[in-house]
Amino acid sequence: MVWIKIIKMSATETIIPELVIEAGRSEKNYWKDLWRYKELFYILSWRDIKVRYKQTVLGTAWSVIRPLLTMIIFTIIFGKLAKFGENEIVPYAITVYAAMLPWQFFANALGEASNSLIGNSNLITKIYFPRMIVPASAVIVSFVDFGISALLMILLMAWYHFLPPIQVLLLPVFVIMAFLASFGTSLYITALNVKYRDFRYVIPFIIQFGLYISPVGFKSSKVPEQWRLLYSLNPMVGVIDGFRWCIVGENIYMPGFIVSNLVILFFCIIGIRYFRKTEKTFADNI
Amino acid sequence: MALPVIKVEHLSKKFTISHETQERYNSFRDVIVNRAKSIVTRPKTKAVIKEEFFALNDVSFDITPGDRIGIIGRNGAGKSTLLKILSRITEPSEGRISIRGRVASLLEVGTGFHPELTGRENIFLNGAILGMNRSEIKRKFDEIVSFAEIEKFLDTPVKRYSSGMYVRLAFAVAAHLEPEILIVDEVLAVGDAQFQKKCLGKMDEVSKTHGRTVLFVSHNMGVINQLCKKSILLKGGKLVAYGPSDEIINQYISSDQEKSNRYSPDNSISQRKANYFSFIRSSNIKGEETGDFSFTDKIVLDFEFVVNNDTSNLQIGIGLNDKYQNRISTVIRPISAFSRQGNRFTGKVTLPDSLIAPNNYSFVFALWTRAGEVFDQVESVCPIKVYDNGTSLALYEGGDNGSIIINPTWEDA
Repeated sequence: MVWIKIIKMSATETIIPELVIEAGRSEKNYWKDLWRYKELFYILSWRDIKVRYKQTVLGTAWSVIRPLLTMIIFTIIFGKLAKFGENEIVPYAITVYAAMLPWQFFANALGEASNSLIGNSNLITKIYFPRMIVPASAVIVSFVDFGISALLMILLMAWYHFLPPIQVLLLPVFVIMAFLASFGTSLYITALNVKYRDFRYVIPFIIQFGLYISPVGFKSSKVPEQWRLLYSLNPMVGVIDGFRWCIVGENIYMPGFIVSNLVILFFCIIGIRYFRKTEKTFADNI
Repeated sequence: MALPVIKVEHLSKKFTISHETQERYNSFRDVIVNRAKSIVTRPKTKAVIKEEFFALNDVSFDITPGDRIGIIGRNGAGKSTLLKILSRITEPSEGRISIRGRVASLLEVGTGFHPELTGRENIFLNGAILGMNRSEIKRKFDEIVSFAEIEKFLDTPVKRYSSGMYVRLAFAVAAHLEPEILIVDEVLAVGDAQFQKKCLGKMDEVSKTHGRTVLFVSHNMGVINQLCKKSILLKGGKLVAYGPSDEIINQYISSDQEKSNRYSPDNSISQRKANYFSFIRSSNIKGEETGDFSFTDKIVLDFEFVVNNDTSNLQIGIGLNDKYQNRISTVIRPISAFSRQGNRFTGKVTLPDSLIAPNNYSFVFALWTRAGEVFDQVESVCPIKVYDNGTSLALYEGGDNGSIIINPTWEDA
């Protein structure tokens, strides 16, 4: 639609960028434009982080309390009552927490991002900027929470005197994988949510059931062998397995891991494509 | 002759209105259901009536650097669509625009203000949203704060601000932008008169001393006339005229008379009510139906009512309400005073000129007995707008200056 080209004026005049707005022109400089608006991206992310726990007594502590409570509940219900993970060397709490980390990130990102465009509709209908900034900054906010939870993980390991295996150094790779899984899915669902508000009701559902469908409270090795490949169609299975491999040394089921990665890639591609296709009409549809 | 700063060529924006879906947004369920339906039964072509609607239709104009251009037109004429396309919020369906320079659009004051953040934080946030970078905002920070007159409340969340403070801060940030082109939409409708004057002064200064281009949309003809040298008149998505503001404004107020401003009840009223109003319209002194009047115009109301149940002491009342539906004036007249043909009565009332202050009003018509039995009452009919065509209050239009202007006698003591 829009691109900036620099045209040189006469020597005395400064260079004035000429902006051309035209129907149906493909955005050649889309990514460059996104880069130009990086400052807005920072400030929107900063705003969302800053505003998040305003007027709460506990403030930022909430981002620690939420994953901690979930972890405790899981440990008590599955570990102590249902006696999962007995006879294991690795404390059950750590096994759960290693999965809880990426899952919480994914769930938060999806929840925050899906409503981000609608929540910012006053901006969308009044100001131009690359729309991808909005869900991206929502994902970043969840990423900050993820960082805080990750620190908690270190404390947890210290508590149990648990030393992770050497492959923990590869964790950043899986963090990127978790990020892409969250970002791709979020983009797709966010864009859909602008037009079909049904997704507002679908998301909490996904988040709620996803927790039980994904191998958070149990190990994915508990899934019968013949179903594991199908099970890996859930992109979070691959991510969680990756996290478990790094943190507690649990083996990765390779074919499934590849499937999960392909699913993540697929969601990223269609997410970005669908988002870019529809973002021009956001202001008209929102 | 300088190169145009904005060049708009054959710009159109088309919306497709589908008459089948009644909801504001189509839900996923509807899509699925409709698709499923069309698999089972063969898709009917008449099922969806699609209508194309041009919000803007083949608009072309050039704007030279440093011009202040007013954009006027009725609601739905395409003003906001034009501004939205210029500020890249929506894309045009056809046509081309080339813009030389940075555009800052101020389509609503306080866009992106977050109520939980403090004034200080919101200055940075709003600045970034409007396209300023951090160092630029820092440099102008003090200036913005003093312009907005909010020094004491800088570290208070803006949700605690009064609406006046909120608007002042928002405008202050926007006014300190240094874009080559500033697009402003109806921001002056809020804030007190003194601040409005300050804003206008700032806009004037921005364009005069810095040579910036300002595009200004307003329904306030008085302000447009003062601020803008030239104006664009849009009507039904088309550019009707482009020229010196005073000419364009006159054209807008006087020529555009075809808008219907009448009331007629639906057909079932004769079954529901014995006595009722069957027709009401507002017109100017020439008899042309309109809802727009200059301050110096007389306002004429023609009406007709039907009386089947002619009980004693029937009378009609006409009330003038302001835009907040507060009654300004009421007149009553017994029906015996009206001319009659069978059961139909017709009447005509003329309101004096140079009395009703520039603003929006509507009428209430009632038909009742002196004892208080109401037969028919129609609210908010014949909405009218009185335009300022040069009262001493022109600059403060939008502020609350009352509903009538009494022309007093001044004397030197």
